[in-house]
Amino acid sequence: MSAEAIRLAVRRPARRLFVHQLRTEQLVFWRSREAAFFIFIFPLLLFVLLGSVYDGKFQHVPVRWAVLAGLVGYGCANTSFAGLAIQLVLRRESGVLKRLRSTPLPSATYIVALLVSTLLVFGLQALALFLLGRVLYGTPFPSDIGSLVATLLIGSAAFAALGTATAMAIRSAEGSSAAVNFVLLPMAFLSGGFGPTTGYPAVLRAIGDVLPLTYFVKLVNAVYLHGHGFWTQPEALLVLAGWGVAGLVLAVRNFEWEPRER
Amino acid sequence: MHAIEVSGLRKAYGNLEAVRGVDFTIEEGEVFGLLGPNGAGKTTTVEILEGYRRRDAGEVRVLGHDPDDPGPDFRERIGVVLQSSELWPNLTVRETHAIFAGYYHAPRDVDEVITLVGLEEKTGARVKSLSGGQKRRLDLGIALVGDPDLVFLDEPTTGFDPAARRAAWEMIRSLRSLGKTVLLTTHYLDEAEQLSDRVAVMREGLIVRVGTPADLTTTDLQTEIRYRRNGEDVLLRTDEPTRVLAELTSAAVARGEELEGLQVRRPSLEDVYLALTADEAEVES
Repeated sequence: MSAEAIRLAVRRPARRLFVHQLRTEQLVFWRSREAAFFIFIFPLLLFVLLGSVYDGKFQHVPVRWAVLAGLVGYGCANTSFAGLAIQLVLRRESGVLKRLRSTPLPSATYIVALLVSTLLVFGLQALALFLLGRVLYGTPFPSDIGSLVATLLIGSAAFAALGTATAMAIRSAEGSSAAVNFVLLPMAFLSGGFGPTTGYPAVLRAIGDVLPLTYFVKLVNAVYLHGHGFWTQPEALLVLAGWGVAGLVLAVRNFEWEPRER
Repeated sequence: MHAIEVSGLRKAYGNLEAVRGVDFTIEEGEVFGLLGPNGAGKTTTVEILEGYRRRDAGEVRVLGHDPDDPGPDFRERIGVVLQSSELWPNLTVRETHAIFAGYYHAPRDVDEVITLVGLEEKTGARVKSLSGGQKRRLDLGIALVGDPDLVFLDEPTTGFDPAARRAAWEMIRSLRSLGKTVLLTTHYLDEAEQLSDRVAVMREGLIVRVGTPADLTTTDLQTEIRYRRNGEDVLLRTDEPTRVLAELTSAAVARGEELEGLQVRRPSLEDVYLALTADEAEVES
């Protein structure tokens, strides 16, 4: 057998397992009405509501564009941070993670499939937001698709790392959803996830200035509202990377496959 | 080749020594029961063999692998039923089996396995709609779908009603006829007695007795002979029931008496088990 043939024989099952697990994750996600509603539909509903409330200009563009950008940010945090954290806690505490460990599915394949599945959900959500905005409020499609995709990938990665770290800090399935939303909703509010924060008191804006979502929304604003490349925002990228790396370190150090409550 | 070889196995959690030097061997095709009260170290032992925990000391071979550092096919060849797992509540029985089948190189036919565990009428039912007993069957089904050589069953019938237990026992017996090696942990005596070729009794992290259920009951305790004489109950314990009984009955026949309420009772596994684990039971109560 040639080296190439051996490599294919080794790699194919890995790819097959990855595709199998990605399909499993998608099936599990969409089959759960709560997940599909709170993670996928809820940000769309909020956009429809908030889009009808805001009117006027923000940074020289119609404010509804900014509302759309904010909700892309909220959607990202909601899906990659909150949704992932809650799902991970539930699966750990229900014993699914432990059960999967005794199958031939490699741990890395499981994690990557879960992350890609989460990214897929968020990608569809972002697409739905832009389509809704176009239909309801006449918002334009992004001019620099490449930069927008890169932005969404960077944000998703940072929030997924933070979501995983948060999941490992939560001890029980009961109340995990409340705990995560206790972090998510104020963060979204303070970071401009629910619309521009220009009218907020200085104290609230100061708190918002340390939150990762603030910088992600800034990044989306720059790319979507003004057509800048994502690389033109080094401050936002740096802060997001800092949060992401901190989340990753905590996630890797504290990762647990087995239920905490025994 | 032995399916499982364990010697000098030790595991502590902090100051608590859960397993304190355990040795046993399980042959291929054998159903081996690990019996003991809660906290005896059964689950710790099994989870070390499954690869979930690292041992502190001792030698362990499972299907020729060291479970701390198993080869790539180790997980292809084992099937695990954990004490509790919830799986995905919104998927169906068939979907769940198909997902697990997809993890293995050469899985069994999904519908065949569903029939084997008796869930054929629930194929399209969501997992959350299943009863406790049916969920346990699902656990067994997904443990068998990869066609393992060795199956770990950790307290497979805890919390079952009697009918569900009987049904589970039938399934476990069918594993033996498939030629699987089974390691069963339980704190139910009748379960160990009914299902196992050999039983190891664990107590406080040690195996205190190993043997067939029949071995355990014949070697340990004396046979009891009971009868009534002049209205009083008489109880004799003996290692030589045949001789004692012959003397007793021939004397009675010679006197023309009937031995009222004559009973000869071999100790049950329960008696042996209670004798072996008595101290601990006292400590707990």
